[in-house]
Amino acid sequence: MKLTLKIWRQDGPTAEGRFETYDMPAVVPDMSFLEMIDVLNERLISEESEPIAFDHDCREGICGSCSMMINGIPHGPERGTATCQLHMRKFKDGEHITVEPWRARSFPIIKDLAVDRSPLDRIIEAGGYISAPTGAARDANEILIPKEAADAAMDAAACIGCGACVAACPNGAAQLFTAAKYGHLSLLPQGQPERWTRAIGMVDEMERWFGSCTNFGECETACPKEISIDFIALLNRDYIKAQFKNRRLSGQKS
Amino acid sequence: MTKVENAQRYVGAPQPAPAKKDGPFFVMFWRSAVGKKWIMAVTGIMLIGFVFAHMLGNLKIFLSADAIDHYAEWLRTIGYPILPKTGVLWILRAGLLGAVVLHIWAAASLTRMNRAARPNGYKSPREYVAADFAARTMRWTGIILTLFIIFHLLDLTWGQTGVKDFKSGDVYNNIVNSFTRVPVAIAYIVANIAIGIHLYHGAWSMFQSLGINSPRFNPWRRGFAIGLASIIAIGNISIPLLVVTKVVK
Ligand code: FES
Repeated sequence: MKLTLKIWRQDGPTAEGRFETYDMPAVVPDMSFLEMIDVLNERLISEESEPIAFDHDCREGICGSCSMMINGIPHGPERGTATCQLHMRKFKDGEHITVEPWRARSFPIIKDLAVDRSPLDRIIEAGGYISAPTGAARDANEILIPKEAADAAMDAAACIGCGACVAACPNGAAQLFTAAKYGHLSLLPQGQPERWTRAIGMVDEMERWFGSCTNFGECETACPKEISIDFIALLNRDYIKAQFKNRRLSGQKS
Repeated sequence: MTKVENAQRYVGAPQPAPAKKDGPFFVMFWRSAVGKKWIMAVTGIMLIGFVFAHMLGNLKIFLSADAIDHYAEWLRTIGYPILPKTGVLWILRAGLLGAVVLHIWAAASLTRMNRAARPNGYKSPREYVAADFAARTMRWTGIILTLFIIFHLLDLTWGQTGVKDFKSGDVYNNIVNSFTRVPVAIAYIVANIAIGIHLYHGAWSMFQSLGINSPRFNPWRRGFAIGLASIIAIGNISIPLLVVTKVVK
């Protein structure tokens, strides 16, 4: 396959960036998008120019490191896959592909396509945990969980924290990320003790860094794990409820 | 758990906005974007309720001049004699004004927040997959509606736009005399198309903002929004359309 790549190059967080064009005369259709950039980088190194900086780790869609805006869509046009799982056979021979980093105030560019996504960790710190007893491990089936609830929590837990939702959102909101992380803990019995502090803590922290959700739904289509905006409704509902909760009564069952 | 503050690690590292200051619960609520969206949904419901009732009332124009004039007179006397005349009307007006102010205020403040969240936009064209025309133009349809409301009040409440023989309370003739002016009829029709577009997104989006979401009725939310938006738009447009085409005179 012959492809033409237009890739964002930026030397550092405060440097001016620019697009640079690279001809790729021999792309193997079975390469992943990242492997194609590896090939390009090897060529750049042999030409003694700077290789393109980009984040990657697992290359199997589970770590959330890879982050590229491909032809105006986070992780490219293929639904439900991360950039590392996107194969070149999904593109047409002779196609021009534009690659940009995620863009958001709180995702500054470190270099080229690599951005700093640490604000997502700040949101986790603000409530994305449970308190668990230490000591001997408890029996795995000690707490019964309805099947639907377990499935829903698992759907939310599929979030790999790549930040595609922020990148896709016209408002630069991290609502889907926060909602997924919130949902996967708060839908389960183990997540109940901190449920209300979690809702307030995570939302308030999120709003210090990111925009607000206006229900465009772009995030859900960009998400490599196809996490539903249903979780955003859950987060909104629990945030509102949490405002009115008397937490001293939250140990009572009903 | 101690919180790791985001130390300055490199030039250009992201810094958060300051944490919310403490205050009474409703102020704290207002200071959060999720709270503002909730308020936008609730005020939106109030405004939808008003627009719907307003449309139903105005459709009386197709019954007879007396029907709509009587209805207008009845609006002034609801609750009389326990309350003074127009008492209920003024309570409703105050509620509406409050809802409009909060709705616009929240929208403006969220817009500012969202612009600040991506000061440096994408340099190549974005490809939107889910964000439809209605969702992306909420701000613009909102602005059109605000301007339209002002014009509509000047036109048919205060009679300041040169309606022939304008007389407060003479509802039927005022409407007919206003809408026979072609540019005015067009303005009303355009504004009501804008209402339809605004509601197509708004009447769906409010469910998400309020956290009303369940697999059982989720498929109905979009249908509800489409139905509501088209009933209101078609009902309202029918009046200027049938007046300007001289079906109603
Ligand atoms: S590299 Fe791990 S998800 Fe793509």
